[in-house]
Amino acid sequence: MKIVSLLLAGGAGTRLGVITNNLAKPAVPFGGKYRIIDFAISNCINSGIETLGVVTQYMPHQLVDHLGIGRPWDLDIKDGGLHVLPPYLSRSDTSWYKGTADAVYQNIEFVDKYNPDFVLILSGDHIYKMDYNEIIDYHIEKNSDCTIACMEVPLSETHRFGIMVTDPFNKIVEFQEKPKNPKGTLASLGIYIFSWDFLKKMLILDSKDSNSENDFGKNIIPFILNNNYDLYAYNFEGYWRDVGTLDSYMDGNLEILGPLPPLDLHDKTWKIYTQSEELPPAYISENSRVVKSFISEGAEVEGNVENSVIFQGVVIEKGAEIKDSVIMNRAVIKKNAVLNKAVVCENTVIGENVKIGLGTFNESKIDANIYNSDITLIGYNTVIPENVIIGKNCVIDNNIKETDFKSKELLSGEGIIKEI
Amino acid sequence: MKVLGFILSGSGEDNLRNLTAKRTSAAVPVFGKYRAIDFTLSNMVNSGINKVGVLTQYNPRSLMDHLGSGKEWNLDRKRGGMFILQPFMNTMKNNMYYKGTADAIFQNMTILKKSYEDFVLIGSGDHIYNMDYREMFKQHVRNGADITLVTKKIKDEKFDYSQYGQIFKDEESRITEMHEKSSEKKSNEVFLGIYFINKSLLLELLYSTVPNGQYNLLMDVVIPNIKKLRVFSYEFEGYWRNIKKSVEEYYDINMDILKKGIRKEIFYSGRKIYTKLKDEAPPKININANVSDSFIADGSIINGQVKNSILSRGVIVKAGAIIEDSVIMQDTIIEEGAVIKKSIIDKESTIRERRQLIGSKTQIICVDKNSVI
Repeated sequence: MKIVSLLLAGGAGTRLGVITNNLAKPAVPFGGKYRIIDFAISNCINSGIETLGVVTQYMPHQLVDHLGIGRPWDLDIKDGGLHVLPPYLSRSDTSWYKGTADAVYQNIEFVDKYNPDFVLILSGDHIYKMDYNEIIDYHIEKNSDCTIACMEVPLSETHRFGIMVTDPFNKIVEFQEKPKNPKGTLASLGIYIFSWDFLKKMLILDSKDSNSENDFGKNIIPFILNNNYDLYAYNFEGYWRDVGTLDSYMDGNLEILGPLPPLDLHDKTWKIYTQSEELPPAYISENSRVVKSFISEGAEVEGNVENSVIFQGVVIEKGAEIKDSVIMNRAVIKKNAVLNKAVVCENTVIGENVKIGLGTFNESKIDANIYNSDITLIGYNTVIPENVIIGKNCVIDNNIKETDFKSKELLSGEGIIKEI
Repeated sequence: MKVLGFILSGSGEDNLRNLTAKRTSAAVPVFGKYRAIDFTLSNMVNSGINKVGVLTQYNPRSLMDHLGSGKEWNLDRKRGGMFILQPFMNTMKNNMYYKGTADAIFQNMTILKKSYEDFVLIGSGDHIYNMDYREMFKQHVRNGADITLVTKKIKDEKFDYSQYGQIFKDEESRITEMHEKSSEKKSNEVFLGIYFINKSLLLELLYSTVPNGQYNLLMDVVIPNIKKLRVFSYEFEGYWRNIKKSVEEYYDINMDILKKGIRKEIFYSGRKIYTKLKDEAPPKININANVSDSFIADGSIINGQVKNSILSRGVIVKAGAIIEDSVIMQDTIIEEGAVIKKSIIDKESTIRERRQLIGSKTQIICVDKNSVI
């Protein structure tokens, strides 16, 4: 049986704020050394799928750099392997991918080259472990045209998902895209398996419909339903998480900590592979106190760390206190800085005696849709000058210099964002 | 400058007791995730050498597994790359075991002859150091040298001179005398076993010695010619250690990496040390853990107490276990309540509940690979 996976990795991830200003969501760092897309790619290779197309569009540089020719995943192979599929120009009218379905439509030729039986459409945006063989077997067993991986979600979350209504045999009878009044709680995880001939037919029909937004959720799936093709829901019961908001990003990261985590990254039967920086083991000094944390390689810890994820090459100087935080690659936390509920992006320097996360929550003056929790976000390549005090729900943009700080205090809800 | 690298990867000496029972010294694990050979191999790659021959004969399985195709060092190449050079049995049914360092290279003459490189760098798989050889290359040419030997001034009072060659040099750094493995201290500068030599000269020297039964590169090839040839010293001032000398020395080297200065020099000089990647998750330190002054590699999960120790990849320390002043190798499990002090625990071992292994400074306990205690 031949399978081709297509990973849709063009997501902008706007609700992650400045983290995704210059970075596609699938390339967002996660879990100490990974990037979000590593999960979907590792799931593929762990499931034995070795032909992958990664469809890129938004801010692809770091993503493409990370993927390379697929070497970390053993996908630098002669037949199949990992291919990056950027949007392209041709003599007919092709340009940016108009929607998820268009992204696949424009790469029909890529898939056809491998002439697969099935095509797995995945999103590069989610953290999960899934053996795709199970959904593939289910698809075959049901003799389905399209099978969608679904999961029960709380009623309060249904408005963020596509909701499936199924009959007792798991056949989908109705589909509601991000409903206000949901008829159920079975949510689509954005993981589809199609028989290739069938999908190709659907994509070609869809491309001819000028009213279509060329999107799987909005157009293709409703079309399949309306025309009474066989559409089944596969009920997934493992770990799956969308880390698309700051809050869920923080939760997702902190969930890997603790003795029995829902997402066990140390599980040797389902390893997550990544392109990693070659760094020596982590060093924890004599006077530091580290509990319930990930301390990645190349980190040099002299301060205290609790309930936090410390990425590769991070330096934490003496007297620094880090709690409930995520510190990305090569950030430097200087002496006696105190961080509470902070996300610090790559290459950022937090000056001496800086305090982050003080005070009480205040509604964001920057953008209340994005920044709406106790988390304070510090962007990439930024320098926070010493003795600055920063409240909760604050945001500091990427590439901020010491001179951009007009005062020594930033109250909860405030931020420093560069004018564009 | 085109340079061909050779790495001599260990003999069957048993200075390292059970650590080399099943592996050659170049494959001995060090600093939590590395093998001894990674340092010389990375130094070569970082100095622009992209053709490296690894000469091996003593129990090489572990070394071969580690090196693979050379991919981790960017040596899986069409042009150049890594060559594993093993002794073999020839059609006359003669055993062609390498009888010495010069013989090892002599038997691989084809590589020397076929290569277009003008110079040969010969290093050892047992040395721990981070060096940019390119400075030496420059000096070699400027000196108009035939051979350049890397040397080091020894400050350590307790240094065992009987293990090394002591050198005397003139003000231009030309070596005038060399005393190999003399137990008496004659000079405070010793040869580190790293040779840089013009290739055509090496060919000539080997042809004129090895067929006459002179198999040792230093004793039979270099030293007899020290007056005739222009042999220069290149003094290396950085951290340099040989892991093969004794278990105690091996232990001390591992502990050295807990010192900030040495860690900076070895790993953060801008020249990375590459090794085989295992794709383990970052180390996880749980709520009851207490870790201090330790070096922790990926994949480890710590619930107990770890102090002044090196933990390799995938080590699991269960609640209540105490590890002090020890080196714990890959995938070892330390169970609840076990106490380990001044010990080296080889790979994939299990120390069962409440077992105690307590060594001393002069008597480091060294547990075999795959042991269950």
